[in-house]
Amino acid sequence: MEDTVIDLQNWIDENTYHHSQFWDLKKLVAKKEKLGLTISLCLPTLNEEKTIGKEVIIFKSELMNRYPLIDEIAVIDSGSEDKTLEVAKNYGADTYLSSDILPDLDPKMGKGENLWKAIYQLKGDIIVYVDADISNIHPRFVYGLVAPLIHREEVKYVKAFYDRPLAFSGGVRASGGGRVTEILVRPLFSLFFPELTTIIQPLSGEYAVRREVLEQIAFPIGYGVETSHLIDVHNKFGLEAFAQTDLDKRVHENKPTQSLGKMSFGILQTFIKRAKALGILEKADHETILRQFQVTKDHYQQNKISIVEEERPPMIEIEEYRKKFGK
Amino acid sequence: MSIKKITKKLPQIREQLKEFREILLANLVMIGEIPAPTFQESERIEFLLNRFNEAGLADNSIDDCGNGIGILNGSEGEKAILVNAHADTVFSSKTDHTMQVTSDTIDGPGVADNSLGLAVLATLPYLLQELDITLKNDLILLGGVKSLGRGDLEGVRFFLDNNSFNITEGICIEGVEQGRLSYTSIGMLRGEITCRVPEMYDWSRFGDASAILTLNEVINKINDIRLPKRPRTSVVMGSISGGSSFNTIAKEATLGFEVRSESEEVVTDVGRTINDIAREVSSKTGDDVELDIFARRKPGGIPYAHPLNKCTRDIMNSLEIEPRLAPSTSELAAFIDKDIPALTLGITSGDHIHKYNESVEIDPIYNGITQLIGTIIAIDGGYCD
Repeated sequence: MEDTVIDLQNWIDENTYHHSQFWDLKKLVAKKEKLGLTISLCLPTLNEEKTIGKEVIIFKSELMNRYPLIDEIAVIDSGSEDKTLEVAKNYGADTYLSSDILPDLDPKMGKGENLWKAIYQLKGDIIVYVDADISNIHPRFVYGLVAPLIHREEVKYVKAFYDRPLAFSGGVRASGGGRVTEILVRPLFSLFFPELTTIIQPLSGEYAVRREVLEQIAFPIGYGVETSHLIDVHNKFGLEAFAQTDLDKRVHENKPTQSLGKMSFGILQTFIKRAKALGILEKADHETILRQFQVTKDHYQQNKISIVEEERPPMIEIEEYRKKFGK
Repeated sequence: MSIKKITKKLPQIREQLKEFREILLANLVMIGEIPAPTFQESERIEFLLNRFNEAGLADNSIDDCGNGIGILNGSEGEKAILVNAHADTVFSSKTDHTMQVTSDTIDGPGVADNSLGLAVLATLPYLLQELDITLKNDLILLGGVKSLGRGDLEGVRFFLDNNSFNITEGICIEGVEQGRLSYTSIGMLRGEITCRVPEMYDWSRFGDASAILTLNEVINKINDIRLPKRPRTSVVMGSISGGSSFNTIAKEATLGFEVRSESEEVVTDVGRTINDIAREVSSKTGDDVELDIFARRKPGGIPYAHPLNKCTRDIMNSLEIEPRLAPSTSELAAFIDKDIPALTLGITSGDHIHKYNESVEIDPIYNGITQLIGTIIAIDGGYCD
C-alpha cells in the first residue's frame, strides 16, 4: 500500500501544473505549429446568452487573432430559447444545433450529447471543452489545458482544477473539489479506483483531450460524462495519460442542494454501470483509505485517512447476552 | 496632405477597424473586470503595459506616480503628441466588476468611465500598426492614475511636470459621450463639508442633536448663495452620506460639492462664502463643521477658432459626428495649466453612467476611434499648429 501511495504522490508532483507555467503563448504556438497539431474549442451551451459573448470575444481575440493557438471555436447548443446562438455567431463562433449534427440518430438532450457530437463536427487533433457559464473567463482556461498536450506527447487528457482561496491565513489548508466531488466522487474513487483520487477536481467541466482518445470512449449524455471519462481513459490508457492544471478561480452560479442531488444520482448510475462492467463491485475487499487533498503553498499532497467500518454482530449471537436474558 | 485628404481616408479606416472588433472588445472586457478605484489602479496599469510590450513599443514604463506610459517613436521625433486616458473608476474594489457582452452593448460598472477610454489606449498601437499608419512625431500613450475625486489629476499632472518630451498637443479620451469636444476648462473648486456632533455633547438634550440636521442647515445656506448669471456659475451638491441606522442619532454627516464658474474670481468668492457658512453654522449649533477643499481648476483653454479645434471639428463632421462643445474639469485642465493645446473626445454612446449597470454601445465605437486616429494624423501632419 505504501508503494502505491508514494507513486501517487510522485504522479501528482509530476503531472500537476499551474497555468502561469504556460504564459509564453508565442512559444506555445510555435511548438504547436512545429508539431502540426490542430486545436478546436467546443463551448456546449443551453441558454447562456449572458456569458457566451464574452467567452467568444476573449478566446477569438487572444487565442486566434493575437496568438493562433486554436483553429476553430464552435458553440454546440442544445436548443437555447434565448439569444445564445445569435450572440455567439455575431462574434465569429461557428454555431451548431446539436440535433443538426448526425441527424439520422435519435436526438438526446444533455451536455454530454453536445460534447460527443463535437468529436464528429470539429476538425481538431485536440478538442478543448470549456463550459459556457464562466463569468470570469480568461485565455488561461484554454492554454492552461492544451499546453501539457503540446509539450508532452504521452499526455492524452488534461483536466482543470481551481484552487485560489480568497482568504487564507497560511500553513496547510484543505483543497479539492466541490460538494459532489468531496461527498460522493472522492469516496467512491478512494474505494474502487484509488489512482483516480489524484485528480483534484474530477467533475470540472473544462478539459482538453486528444481525438484518438475521445473517439474511443463512450459518452453518458447527462451528469455522468466527466466521471465516465476518467474511469474509461484510466482503464484504457492508465494514469499516465492524465495531467491536470490549476486555472485559479472560476466564477459561476452556485447550484442549490437539490440540483446537486440530481447530479449525484446521474453520476452514481454511470459509476455503478462501469464498476459492474469492470467487475469491481464483486471484489471481496476494497480500499479503506479515503484520499483527500491538502495544500502547502502550491504543493498538493494527498491526505490519507483510514476509515474501517467495523461491525458488531446481532446481540442475539453473543452467548453472555443469551445467558443473561435466558434466550 | 490637406485636412480634406485626411477626412477622405477616414471612412476606409472606419471600415478596417471593424476587423479588429474582438481585439478591442477583449481588451475592454479584461480591463473592465480589473477593479480600479482611485489610488488602486496598479493592476490595470500592469495590463496596459503588457499590451504595450506585446505591440512592440520601445520605451514602456510605470513612472514614480504609478502612471503607465508607452512611447510610439515617430520618424522625426522632434515633437510629441500625448494621448491620455484615466485609469481609475468611481467603483470600489468590492463591486462585482463582471462585464456582460450582448450583440450591441457591453455592460458593467465603469465600462464607460473610463474602461473604454483605457481599452482604446491599450489597443491604439496595435491598430496603428495594422492600419499601416506611421507618424513623424512621437506618440506618448498615458494611462493616468489618481485622476478622479481626491486624486485631483495627480497622475497626469505628475507626468506633465516631470517628462522630458516636447509635448505640443494633447488628447484626452473618455469612453462617452461620442460628439463630446471639450477644449476649455471651467474654474472649479471641489470639496467636502463634514459635520460632527462633539464627543462631549450633552445627550440629555432629547433629540435635538444630529449631524444630519446640522448639515441640512449648511445645505440650506449654500443654496441661498446668490450666484451670478454672467459669468455662468453653479454649485453642484453631488453626494451626501451620514448616520448609521433609523433610531441612532447621526454623529457624522458629509456633503460632497463642486463650485463651477467661468470666472476664477467667482469660484474663489463662492469658496470663501462657503467657508463662512461652515464657521457660522458651527458656532450656532456647537457641532464641528469641517470644510475640506481638495481640488481646484483654473478656467482656460484654447479658443474656438484654434487650428486643433477646427481640424477636429472637420474630422468629426466628416464622420457625421455632431460636435457638442462643453467645458471640462477633467484631465484637460492639467494640459491647460501647462499651456498645452488639448481637447477631450468621447468614443461612443453610453447609458446608466456611474451605476452598476453602466453600458456602452459597440457599433459607434468604430466612428469614435476613427475620429481619434484622424485627429492624431492631423496633429502629426502639422494642421493643428
